[in-house]
Amino acid sequence: MAAILRDLLRYNAEFRIGAALISVVLLLSVLASFSPYPPQDVYVVPPDVPPSLTYWFGTTSRGQDVFWQLTFAIRNTLLFGCTVALISRLLALVVGLVSGYKGGWIDRVLMSVNDTFIVIPLLPILVLFYFVMRDRMSWLLLALIMACLGWAYDARLIRAVAMSLKAREFTQSSLFSGMSTREILVQEHLPYVMPIVFSTTMNNMVWSIGLEVTLAVLGFTDINTPTIGGMIYWANQHTAMVAGVWWWIAFPTIAVIMTFIGLFLLAVSMNDYIDPRSRLRSFGEVS
Amino acid sequence: MASLGRPVVSVRTLRSGVLGAPMIGYLAYVGRRLAQFVLVVFIGINLAYVITHASPIDPVEQSISAVTSYGNTAPEAIEQMRTSLRELYGLGGSPVAQYLVFWKRILGVDFGPSMSAFPTPVSTLIGRALPWTAGLLVVSTIVAWGLGSLLGGLAGYYRNSRGLKLMGVIAMGLHPIPYYILALVLLIVFGFIWPVLPISGGSAMNLPQTLTFDFVISVLQHAILPALSLILIGVGSWFLGMRALVSNVVTEDYVVYAELAGVRPWRVLSSYVMRNALPPQLTGLAISLGGIFNGAVITEKVFGYPGVGSLLVDAVYAGDYGLVLGVTTVSILGVSIGVLVIDLLYPLLDPRIKVS
Repeated sequence: MAAILRDLLRYNAEFRIGAALISVVLLLSVLASFSPYPPQDVYVVPPDVPPSLTYWFGTTSRGQDVFWQLTFAIRNTLLFGCTVALISRLLALVVGLVSGYKGGWIDRVLMSVNDTFIVIPLLPILVLFYFVMRDRMSWLLLALIMACLGWAYDARLIRAVAMSLKAREFTQSSLFSGMSTREILVQEHLPYVMPIVFSTTMNNMVWSIGLEVTLAVLGFTDINTPTIGGMIYWANQHTAMVAGVWWWIAFPTIAVIMTFIGLFLLAVSMNDYIDPRSRLRSFGEVS
Repeated sequence: MASLGRPVVSVRTLRSGVLGAPMIGYLAYVGRRLAQFVLVVFIGINLAYVITHASPIDPVEQSISAVTSYGNTAPEAIEQMRTSLRELYGLGGSPVAQYLVFWKRILGVDFGPSMSAFPTPVSTLIGRALPWTAGLLVVSTIVAWGLGSLLGGLAGYYRNSRGLKLMGVIAMGLHPIPYYILALVLLIVFGFIWPVLPISGGSAMNLPQTLTFDFVISVLQHAILPALSLILIGVGSWFLGMRALVSNVVTEDYVVYAELAGVRPWRVLSSYVMRNALPPQLTGLAISLGGIFNGAVITEKVFGYPGVGSLLVDAVYAGDYGLVLGVTTVSILGVSIGVLVIDLLYPLLDPRIKVS
């Protein structure tokens, strides 16, 4: 593991930039624990102060310090992305491994359902979900439903690997040595698909955070929990751009773009590393 | 192998009678795609049903509380409203009956009157908004896909070109940004910092919506920013996808052989490399159509474009249950039809489908 990280840092510029961006974002989110103000309190500092030495990122029209508010927002947004990624990984793994290993009609049925979830436009469904839940919408509930809707594409990738694993000799040996299907999938196949699971985690986080920002900006989430989208929502509510309070929108926007580009670059470099052809090209014979 | 080619084909044609084997293969393919289309619509509509009916909040009570919050209403009137709303939303009777009513309404494209624009039927509102969204989506998707694939193909083939490398870096930076953020940035740049383009609406307010020269120009002008925000993000992802595909194809033996045999570079690029890298790109387009639609919803809202996206968001703000449900259903249908069309075009690019 350490050797892989060292190689990535040394030979892969994308990984270096991605890791740097994500480190900054992570640092900000850790700082949330040291915030002098509770996240939901308003009018704790003078409103509409531009960025200065006292208030690094300025203050909002609601009397909140943008810097400390941003730390909470990033922490919640990242936590949201991780939760969705974790749950949807489990679903994708189960469907992908079973479908690839079993084949036949199980595979056909699972993949038909899978392809359906890939193409369905999710935003209207999530908006409908918000419409019926209204005030009961919490971020955990949103994370749950997004995980239930967002596993399909990765399940297909995992299935492709599982199908090739099935043809390998060790699968036959495990089968003949009396292992159950569950044992073969968990003990023999799971380790081989883990690299894909890791790289799709990043992409899944980009996807779920993007949707969360979108929904929050429209006000279709629990807007009282500070998230990046929630901050932009409140800024829009107070017409920050027109009022000239640009820092209220600019800093969350910069933070979310950093998160996205960082996660995306990490996913790209990991894919480069997993694919033997590109690994040879960019890492040489070292690894 | 080449000398054997002809007899094999003729034997096949003989066996399968009037319809050649390729034709039967194509029909089987179309059948499978149609079945998938029906499944997508079925699951999508069921999701909408489950979400609306399993929620702890009653849309009828919600509408009533929205109405009664504006003043005093007689209890009899509320009771009457409750009954008629229940009937309108198809919420009476057993769960099975409710489910059947739900499907009957969707198949009959009848979502009742809109609550926020009473008494205009929901279907009329959607019908009015649909051409705007369809036009914006189709044009920007085709432009983004075509441009991204072309540039990405060039970048994969001419790997040492500086300009194309720079384009790769820009694509990588643009592509993961959410639609909303990019639209917002464009809005700020072209609306506040350098106000040259209209930032809101589908056409100028003072023009009648008829097919005159002024109206068309105005529509195009208003479409530039929404389309640009969809295209900028789209181009990035198609560029990266195509570049990766092409750089794998370039190392194939037949490409190396063609280059050694002196086939002109342009011909190698177009017929040997691009042609073989395109089918996966088209599959990618079908897969990402739902996501592009999500982007369109947001972009429309940001730029106040009069399409179904704005309609959906405004319907939520107004608490219009029928309209939200209607837009959701229509968007599921629309995206599935788009995917079906792409799937049916696929064999044109990849002749192998017809035979398998």
